[in-house]
Amino acid sequence: MKKVLVIGATSAIAEHCARIWAARGDALYLVARNEERLKTIAADLKVRGAKETHSHCMDLNDIDSHAAVLVAAETVMGGVDTVLIAHGTLSNQEACERSVEETLAEINTNALSSISLLTHIANRFEAKQAGTIAVISSVAGDRGRASNYVYGSAKAMLTAFTSGLRQRLHKSNVAVVTIKPGFVDTPMTASFKKCLLWAKPTAVAAKIVRAIDKRKDEVYVPAFWWAVMAVIKAIPSFAFKKFFL
Amino acid sequence: MTATAQTAITTTISGWGGYPTQKAQVITPLSLSAYKASLQHYPSVIARGMGRSYGDSANAATVIQTTYCDHFIAFDTATGLLTVEAGVTLRDILKVTVKHGWFLPVTPGTSFVTIGGAIASDVHGKNHHVAGTFGQHFVSMTVLLGTGEVATTSPTELPDLFHATCGGIGLTGVILTATIQLIPIKSAYITQKTIKAGSIEEACEAFEANSAATYSVAWIDCLTTGKHLGRSILMVGEHADSGGLNLKIKNPITVPIHMPAALLNSMTTRAFNGAYWAKASNNKTQTVPLLPYFYPLDAVGGWNKLYGKVGFMQYQFVLPKADGVGNMRKILTRIAQSGAGSFLAVLKQFGPANQNLLSFPIEGYTLALDFKMSPSVIDLLHRLDDLVADMGGRVYLTKDAVMREASFKTTYPKWQEFEAVRQKYGAIGRFSSAQSKRLGLA
Repeated sequence: MKKVLVIGATSAIAEHCARIWAARGDALYLVARNEERLKTIAADLKVRGAKETHSHCMDLNDIDSHAAVLVAAETVMGGVDTVLIAHGTLSNQEACERSVEETLAEINTNALSSISLLTHIANRFEAKQAGTIAVISSVAGDRGRASNYVYGSAKAMLTAFTSGLRQRLHKSNVAVVTIKPGFVDTPMTASFKKCLLWAKPTAVAAKIVRAIDKRKDEVYVPAFWWAVMAVIKAIPSFAFKKFFL
Repeated sequence: MTATAQTAITTTISGWGGYPTQKAQVITPLSLSAYKASLQHYPSVIARGMGRSYGDSANAATVIQTTYCDHFIAFDTATGLLTVEAGVTLRDILKVTVKHGWFLPVTPGTSFVTIGGAIASDVHGKNHHVAGTFGQHFVSMTVLLGTGEVATTSPTELPDLFHATCGGIGLTGVILTATIQLIPIKSAYITQKTIKAGSIEEACEAFEANSAATYSVAWIDCLTTGKHLGRSILMVGEHADSGGLNLKIKNPITVPIHMPAALLNSMTTRAFNGAYWAKASNNKTQTVPLLPYFYPLDAVGGWNKLYGKVGFMQYQFVLPKADGVGNMRKILTRIAQSGAGSFLAVLKQFGPANQNLLSFPIEGYTLALDFKMSPSVIDLLHRLDDLVADMGGRVYLTKDAVMREASFKTTYPKWQEFEAVRQKYGAIGRFSSAQSKRLGLA
């Protein structure tokens, strides 16, 4: 049985991962901001088979309380062996371009708050020489594009941070899994026109849970995004700047 | 994320048959409390779940999609009492309950429907002759009314609202949650017996002879004419006593794109029917898992795409028991003459009707079949509607896309009572679908 801490538990991807863990009979500690949805999801996961579910309502931008959340999760479940960090917002690029405040707020939510959590978790897992840390980054972090570079650069920071963290923790038997979803059909992306490249959260969650089971390093979900991003990264900047992606 | 915790997009929607299509604004609330806000923002809506009703029951200019409200609320493994949000599918329920020895009291032919849809269609299953419809097995539900209030209703609490909402195709309000009494099972298997019947008369006799069986349904050949008209393979089933409670759920193989419409024609259908008949053996008993027994087509995801982009019509009618066999022969003859008959057709005996105002089943025989969409099919269905109405029968609203107002109002005589209940609970003008407008409901 796993003892999983899910940060951003009301995100569609996190919720579907949690359903898989619940069906396996794992214990879940759920952290999110919206209390009504958090309570609903906690009750749901219990019926779906979770050994125990705990919910913890907080705003993850409140960095000062991050250490306390980890302690609380370890205390009530008698330890934590897996963490999934899945919270985030899809930035409004145009609003960010007009406002420094907005830009920094998005970077704060999508990168800095995760980095704060990761720092705390890394130290605790390193000390006990065990654990798996999974972070939802994004294909958007592979190369900044005009249409969403604020979100993309925050995710790029997460990708680089977890890459370094993975190296550091490798010798301590702690796995760091960087997950790069492509387009996923969730409430966060509801306003986008969908095409064949889009994946359902259930399918994406199944792949994420498998990557966590296998303690993979970096995974694109679905896998074909590896090829798509390889092409996008290979385009020289003098040509790339003329495209609009 | 918006303040009202919901997402809105504009897209083209259709029922499972792919006809008709409609451009719609799709609102997907993230929590039950967000439904009320959706109602305030849009003048008239219809709730939509998995989009598995075949025609235009869940088509409207604005639809409230229940996808994200698919949570379990409570499940008592000792008593089999289950409470869920309306967006939970039957398949999700089975994944959770079968291993504890509980099964749905009534289930339609696909597990990819939501509880809300199952209630709104008052679905029936292979056990209708002994168990009635889905609406006869649940304890209570909560419904968001046109007034913005949330009402709790059951056969004893606001019974008028209850009997209008079960089978009410979403026109009384938005079903938010439901509490169902599941039935105990000892095994995830069904003991199935196959009986071959050489004609419609033999098939109906076989239903009669097996009326004590828990489950019964027949595949029927709608293309063969003459003496063997209506030849059928009857499958009767009982829950097995052994074999364990492992559901063995598999993900469906998906039909990725629309197939060329010409692929399904009377020749390929005839060949399929002939092979299916020849392969079946009479009086054979076997043990089969629950899922393929109840949901054979669920193994092929998106099977509707086999009909191509033009889509198809599913047509299901019921004829009263008196003269039922002779009348069924008349209609089958008419369908066989048209040559348009379907790949898979299903015959079933119904038990008595219930009190729900727009519920489909009446005691007698029901036939379900599909037709590839074409202008001549609409004409054929209208003529069949008239035949069915003359015989005292009716057509299932969940599968309907073309019925005319007059046919509806003749064959569903409680429609005025239904409208009165809608008036009383503030549903008039607030909940409407392409179908309700076509059928002349306010």
